[in-house]
Amino acid sequence: MGTKTLTKEPFNFIVAGVGGQGNVLLSAFVGMALVNEGFMVSVADTFGVSQRGGSVTSHIKISKEATYSSVTLEGKADVILGMEPVETLRALGEFGNPHVITIVNPRPVHPTGGVAYPDLEEVKKAIIKLSSQAKFVNATEEALKMGNPIYTNVILLGSLVGADVLPISKESMVPILEERFPGKVFDTNMKAFNKGLELIAMA
Amino acid sequence: MASIAMDKPGATVLLMGNEAVARGAIEAGIGVAAAYPGSPTSEVLPTIAGVAKEMNIHAEWSVNEKVSAEVAGAASFAGIRSLCIMKQNGANVAADFIVNANMTGLGEAGMVIFISDDPGGMTSNNEEDSRTITKWFDNPLLEANNAQEAKEMIKWAYEVSEAVNLIVFVRGVTRLSYTRGNVVLGELPEEKEKKAHFPDLWDMYNPTKSKFTSGPFPIFHKPLHEKLEKAREIFETSTFNRYMGPEHPEVLIITCGACTSYSIEAVEELKAGDRVGVLKLGTTWPLPEKLVAKHLATTTKVFFVEEMDPFVERSVMELAASLLPATSALTFYGKRSGHLTPYNEQSTNLVINALMDILAMTYQPRDLTYDKVAKEAVALVPSRPINMCAGCPHRATFWAIKKALKLDGRDGLVTGDIGCYSLAFAGPGFFQARTMHAMGSGAGVANGLGSLKQFGFDQPVLAVTGDSTFYHAVMPALVNGVYNNSNFILLILDNSATAMTGFQPHPGTGQLATGDPATVVDMEAICRAMGAHVELCEPFDLEHSTETLLKMIKEDSGARVIIMRHMCQLVKVKRKIPAKYKMHVDPERCLGDTCGCDRLCTRILGCPGLMWDTKAGRAAIDEVLCAGCGLCADICPAGAIIREEAI
Repeated sequence: MGTKTLTKEPFNFIVAGVGGQGNVLLSAFVGMALVNEGFMVSVADTFGVSQRGGSVTSHIKISKEATYSSVTLEGKADVILGMEPVETLRALGEFGNPHVITIVNPRPVHPTGGVAYPDLEEVKKAIIKLSSQAKFVNATEEALKMGNPIYTNVILLGSLVGADVLPISKESMVPILEERFPGKVFDTNMKAFNKGLELIAMA
Repeated sequence: MASIAMDKPGATVLLMGNEAVARGAIEAGIGVAAAYPGSPTSEVLPTIAGVAKEMNIHAEWSVNEKVSAEVAGAASFAGIRSLCIMKQNGANVAADFIVNANMTGLGEAGMVIFISDDPGGMTSNNEEDSRTITKWFDNPLLEANNAQEAKEMIKWAYEVSEAVNLIVFVRGVTRLSYTRGNVVLGELPEEKEKKAHFPDLWDMYNPTKSKFTSGPFPIFHKPLHEKLEKAREIFETSTFNRYMGPEHPEVLIITCGACTSYSIEAVEELKAGDRVGVLKLGTTWPLPEKLVAKHLATTTKVFFVEEMDPFVERSVMELAASLLPATSALTFYGKRSGHLTPYNEQSTNLVINALMDILAMTYQPRDLTYDKVAKEAVALVPSRPINMCAGCPHRATFWAIKKALKLDGRDGLVTGDIGCYSLAFAGPGFFQARTMHAMGSGAGVANGLGSLKQFGFDQPVLAVTGDSTFYHAVMPALVNGVYNNSNFILLILDNSATAMTGFQPHPGTGQLATGDPATVVDMEAICRAMGAHVELCEPFDLEHSTETLLKMIKEDSGARVIIMRHMCQLVKVKRKIPAKYKMHVDPERCLGDTCGCDRLCTRILGCPGLMWDTKAGRAAIDEVLCAGCGLCADICPAGAIIREEAI
């Protein structure tokens, strides 16, 4: 059992993204690390048809004392990890408050069916305005540099851990990655995770 | 986690509700698990199948829910504990067997059905409340709040099932099934040896304890009601029913399942713990009446919080009516009063809103200035319509359908079905599907439309079905079409998986739930044996599939079949099958808005791999999402989208 503490009870963490970006795996990793640190967690994901390119959010409620329901109350998010800019803004609109911290991957995923994407700079400005701290991490760009966009979520996981906004450490996360990605795949994923740590230190 | 069958009693692990159900059944020592994939329950069976060999369990994907219930029922008859898993609508398919199994009773070993409803229709096209049908069946019903409770409840459900000799239902909802939470593991069963034997019980003086044959006699029906009364007695003292709050609450919340947490958190958020008590029912049918009556006597206001139908609400109001005049001072709040709705998912915020009205309280979730700025900023956020994936073969199929029906020119239509291709009712399938109901209904409705010739009906009818749906419910409809000479074409969109629910294998894939090889049940041979004219198409060969469709449409007689065969793009990714093409847009050839195509690629074809570059004023490929199927190159009228063979 870990020694990490919570600044608030319950502590509300949200991952906002688009179906297919790997938010389910990311939130499961965070949940496992929190359980290993001795916390009670509820992790809710979007499954089924909404996974097909729709807007998806994972909610994690963290507590030292009790098992809560999973979905965050309106206006009660403490940390939002935005895998996509407009999805970050959508989450802030519903769950944001003056204290919320956001970590954002600024690479847009365009909606389909002729729906226009808003001006990215406007979106970023709104995110900054609605966050007590907003940090941007070019996770998709870095993943593409590594040769596959699939690493985006592990890079973001590294940035989340590095930001030290949740009661989880690199030491608690690495064994989880090791179990999920056996053999050679572990090395590339650790590379991605470390890249995330590096990026957040500079953000 | 390492394995769902890990032998570490007392260890805490993170499990999804569906995984906790699987663990509960494993701890209960089941020998058989059977299901048809259906979200929100699709993960239970694969979780069990993954450890089936080491735990000596027979885990199978059954062809449909009725067969899965029969497979599990047979295990019980032969003395083996069994679990059957289904989504809400599965109960409709399995209903006929269950109603009769309640007449015959079970064997020595218990049988549990885990059923999960979908408030808000997050993974379904309806919001059926399975509790109502369970009550109609006359089965005991439990409802779990979270993963830990689901595991414990499943285990206990076997004890109840064996005590009353009935199938016991455990009801979840999407939030339970898909929420991960801390679960403390229990003991694994000691004995892995299970001996199955079908007993010969004939006793002419006691037919209800004899063979498993039902009859329409009171002799079978009367004991069923006695069993339910016995279940009610057991439920009166169940620790899954709990009260939290003051001795005489101003408001008594009666809640169950996932709404338990919403209720507790709403009271906490409003700091109303001294005014409101929460009676949480884990056993909701038959209602533990003595327990509920005891609590009704402590208050004057009762507020029901539950997902979907006012199920507990009605049961308690019926009880209150039977207790008059003692209950005459009670006021009831819930769905009937309009404080909550019998549709859409409930939430802590909805319970807070209702309680604010009942308690005459105010609540401000966040700073008002922030709230205003946030709501203004959200105006920037575009809608994000759901879509078929980049590289999805269904997109190519519906493009061919649209083109063929247009060329035919007789207002031909598509009858839709349940699967990823359900999206054909909207933009992703170019609005081609004009009906969508149950599994197999596309073919069934096509049968009906194709039999209306004598009334002047002359529109071509195309029914679509997925490969898994074909085996589940379409085969009888095709037999019907051939037999009754109905005029329609059945398109089987064979993508080699039950894609929508998570790529589970089915009888056509050559693989079992455990991953072991299976006999391939050849759909093409089945259709031919039924007497249908069958053609095969590769959906990405647009020219050939459009021509074949047109040719088949012109035949204009009898039930015909086209198999559109191409592996699901997500399965290809899982199997590491590389992209066929590398796509790019030639900036010289793409004329942008001056083309006259009105953005056919991004606006109409709408593949997520394509995007409109607003600055450049032309189409672009999103290298992150493009799957390299090459379809967009075929539809661009300017020939501006280029496909190169990927290395």
